[in-house]
Amino acid sequence: MPLIVGMSVLLGCQFIGELLARGLAVPVPGPVLGMLVLLLALMVNGRVPSALRQTGEGLLRYLTLLFVPAGVGMMVHARLIATDWWVIGVTLVVSTAVTLAVTAKVMSWLNQRRLRHGSDP
Amino acid sequence: MSIVALDQLWVYLSGHPLVSLLVTLVAFIAATRVNRMLGGSPLLHPVILSIVLLIGFLLLTGIDYPTYFEGAQFIHFLLGPATVALAIPLYDHLDRVRAMLVPILLACCAGIVTAVGSTIGIAALLGAAPETLLSLAPRSVTSPIAMGVAEQVGGIPSLAAGLVLLTGSVGCALGPWILRLMRIEDPSVQGFTMGLAAHGFGTAHSFASIGAMAGAFAGLAMALTGLLTAFLLPLMTALLGV
Repeated sequence: MPLIVGMSVLLGCQFIGELLARGLAVPVPGPVLGMLVLLLALMVNGRVPSALRQTGEGLLRYLTLLFVPAGVGMMVHARLIATDWWVIGVTLVVSTAVTLAVTAKVMSWLNQRRLRHGSDP
Repeated sequence: MSIVALDQLWVYLSGHPLVSLLVTLVAFIAATRVNRMLGGSPLLHPVILSIVLLIGFLLLTGIDYPTYFEGAQFIHFLLGPATVALAIPLYDHLDRVRAMLVPILLACCAGIVTAVGSTIGIAALLGAAPETLLSLAPRSVTSPIAMGVAEQVGGIPSLAAGLVLLTGSVGCALGPWILRLMRIEDPSVQGFTMGLAAHGFGTAHSFASIGAMAGAFAGLAMALTGLLTAFLLPLMTALLGV
């Protein structure tokens, strides 16, 4: 039963998220808004119900598997990828490396500054 | 049983959702085993390996992608509730998130501007086709958001989804190496960086090889980057004149 309760909560939040995304015409996917809905609900509730934790953590453990079906869809664009493959490759590698370095640098610098200036942000 | 009967049996089965569902799971198990055998090398990420195996299988058997997706959509569908479930680790580490709110927001904006700016800059410099360029732009965002954004700015949604996955595996391969090089040891910074640059892949990687705190921050970074990019990217492409 906990699996069913947990899944119902997750799907319910996703549903509210979809409603908000369509209703407010924001370009953000429903599940992301659903995540914010669940976060707010947990903050109001004050703790994570064990049924929800069991289901949620089970899903998150296999998060990578869930990307596979969409990834196989790349075969449909084989021709476009083939013509631009080296541009795509160089861009992906260089830009990802720069993004990783900049984000890590900015965040650890700001974090150290915060710790040095005491607890107030 | 004659050969003709076997043939007909295959025709029946190959159109059945059961085959693609089963094959997806088996490919993932095989890819995970192979990856572990090779010492968990992030260059051969289980997801990329599964995708390669599955594309090979579909080409060999002549099953087309829409037929495959009819079965695989049951797995794909779980991405929605899994995204919602990211609220759980986030809630567990809420105090830490509150304390670091300013660094989090500023680092997120810096990361997005770097990701989008460098992607458009490099791809334009190397002479990418306009559709490729605009499909590349949202590549560091989780795929459902990237598909929406790509469509909005004039890219190809399903190509964007594929590039998002490639970015994820490149990020998982480069991330740990760059973080070690920069001597970043705080798990919250490590997780946040991985989640921002490599979305769900980075998040899954953080959960699996750094810990729950890193995973929570990666999930936060992924959600925040998705939200902010959905609003910032159309502005940036307009500003850069692509």
